[in-house]
Amino acid sequence: MEQGADKSIIEHLQRQILKLQGGQAHKEGVNPIGLGLLEAAFPGGVFTRGAVHELISHSPEAATCTSGFIGVVLNKLMPKEGCCVWVSTIPRRSIYAPALKTFGIDPERILFVDAANQQQTLWVLEEALKCTSLSAVVGELTELNFNDSRRLQLAVEKSQVTGFVHRFRPKTENAVACVSRWKVTPAASTLLTNSGVGFANWQVQLLKVRSGQPGEWQVEWSPGGLSYKVAEKEIIPTHYTQETA
Amino acid sequence: MNKQVVVIWFPYLLTDWMLRRQPELRGVPFALALNERGRRVVKAVNGVAQKKGALVNMVVADCKAFVPELQVFDGDMERPKKLITAMAEWCIRFTPHVSVDGVDGLILDASGCTHLWGGDARYLEAINGCFKKFGYTTRTAMAETVGTAWAVCHYGKPGSIVTLNDQKNVLSVLPPAALRLEALALERLDKLGFKTMGGFMDIPKTALRRRFGQGLLTRLAQALGEVMELMEPIRPIAPYVEHLPCMEAIRTAVGIETGLKALLERLCERMNKESKGLRSCELRCYRIDGDVQKITIGTNKPTRHVAHLFKLFELKIASLTPDLGFELFSLEAPVVEELTATQDALWSASASNEADIAELVDKISGKIGTHAIHRYLPAEHYWPERAMKEATSLNEKATTTWRTDLPRPLHVLPVPERIEVSVPIPDYPPLLFKYKGAIHNVKKSDGPERIEQEWWLQNGLYRDYYCVEDTQGCRYWLFRAGDYDKDDVKWFLHGFFP
Repeated sequence: MEQGADKSIIEHLQRQILKLQGGQAHKEGVNPIGLGLLEAAFPGGVFTRGAVHELISHSPEAATCTSGFIGVVLNKLMPKEGCCVWVSTIPRRSIYAPALKTFGIDPERILFVDAANQQQTLWVLEEALKCTSLSAVVGELTELNFNDSRRLQLAVEKSQVTGFVHRFRPKTENAVACVSRWKVTPAASTLLTNSGVGFANWQVQLLKVRSGQPGEWQVEWSPGGLSYKVAEKEIIPTHYTQETA
Repeated sequence: MNKQVVVIWFPYLLTDWMLRRQPELRGVPFALALNERGRRVVKAVNGVAQKKGALVNMVVADCKAFVPELQVFDGDMERPKKLITAMAEWCIRFTPHVSVDGVDGLILDASGCTHLWGGDARYLEAINGCFKKFGYTTRTAMAETVGTAWAVCHYGKPGSIVTLNDQKNVLSVLPPAALRLEALALERLDKLGFKTMGGFMDIPKTALRRRFGQGLLTRLAQALGEVMELMEPIRPIAPYVEHLPCMEAIRTAVGIETGLKALLERLCERMNKESKGLRSCELRCYRIDGDVQKITIGTNKPTRHVAHLFKLFELKIASLTPDLGFELFSLEAPVVEELTATQDALWSASASNEADIAELVDKISGKIGTHAIHRYLPAEHYWPERAMKEATSLNEKATTTWRTDLPRPLHVLPVPERIEVSVPIPDYPPLLFKYKGAIHNVKKSDGPERIEQEWWLQNGLYRDYYCVEDTQGCRYWLFRAGDYDKDDVKWFLHGFFP
């Protein structure tokens, strides 16, 4: 009996700490967005919305997989309506809008902003994150220092917009005030038949997550969604893991 | 209320300006000349020289014969235009409706303004007095029409005020040149012995038209007030404008912001009543020393949201230099559009969301520029570079659907990059390729997908696209341009698949 009371006190305190840290798990009416095992790594098993997530890539191939991963999450965040701002610094925007449709996102719901330099990108990112009517904001940057990431975090805490900062080839993987740090890299696909390329496989690393459990997964992405490869040749579809989780 | 027009003529505009610069020239005959067809031609003379016989458009040598002590300086033909425009701007203190007449005159629409100076005569005195203080010789006249005022100003008694009743009498004694006629018509009138307007004013119109053309009739009708004469104001009068005079000069950013907010509130309240929204807005700050500074903003959708407009201005307030301080602020909305409470929903988002997003777009375009913002719509083209087109507005809807049946890479290079490949047999995907010095062994591949050139848009080779995966699992979009038969095969890397 006493032990149970202790547990509830601890849970209560944890919830309060989460709230102070800008987390939103355990809030009433917040449901998982449907990322399966990946989502279970977040506090409360719910992908943290109203926060900035950091993604790092070091090669153009990995950058594409990272954009693809952002696409998957965006699809869950803005399935039918809502719009998104995609900010990049001028020479580096290579996203091909028509391909976003394969992720279930209407490209016309995305506003692409090409900033001239890093400083402008940060400014646009911050202004966009302050706009409560957006579903999500994606920023493509190189460097992000701690102070700038704090500014972004403060903006989203007010507006509850979800932000993604994709850092391509940063000099150092310095500490930032984002809730999570991801690395998505390509992985060799496993194809049962021997013609064609099959569905894409990614190695998804969750290096840091605030109040959650970092982890690493190999996922297979098909237009239907993500499926996890727990062991070789064992594929758990998203909808299945969601039910059991 | 009757119209009142004042015409101001500066007979010695350029030389008066010179005198202001070089006071030692007072009382000395001098002229400004320009080189024209190999001769020096006088373009402006001062009063002293004119009295002695030097006239505009005379050759300098001839003038020197009349006035041996004449001093000649180089003229500047751009100067009079600049001067007169600056004077027109300055004259806005007398009436908001000022227009420029040629290069040496101003036309003021003084309707309803003269009582502020205590009557018509005092109004003219004030104008003459002001210019005299600056050292400019002026001739002024007031009448009910531009034509009469101009005629009296140039050819009649200066400073006279002509009323509607004696308009005809005054005009009848003036020469025909006072009507601003073309040289040909003037010559003809002169030949026929019409020395004053009275001579032909009462001749039937048909006879006049036959001999002198419609120009004469129009000018006459305009002078008599039978036909409206349009004046082009130097600064168009904006229907949506608010002023804020300040008791003390404003020097701080906080002060400017407070003033701006007050102005925006007044302007937006008025637009709210008339269900209008502004598309562009201009804040003019009049500095104590006469300098006028302005900042302009534009919006993507008509808006009357004070906080949003304020934010747009806020980004630019730093560009103002108050120095000694601003004494007057004016906020003008030159472009105004209808704005009803409900607007079309954007991307099926609710109306309030849409407004928020439009405001964000305004902010971004204000800071970076409109060219930085892109939104894409599907276009019916197979050629990858043309498969999308830029949307022109936030509300534009897609006319066709996005295709998802063919694989398209998520990242595309702006220009396809050459790669070196090794291909087992023609029409097969490569075994390996070299991109930026690294060799990629191809494990799996899909394709080819042939995309032909759209011959009605562009000539060139077709492309055979392959989607390949290397040993690391990295996926690429490669294409081969050209035929194996013709031996001009080139391979390119065009994009990356996730």
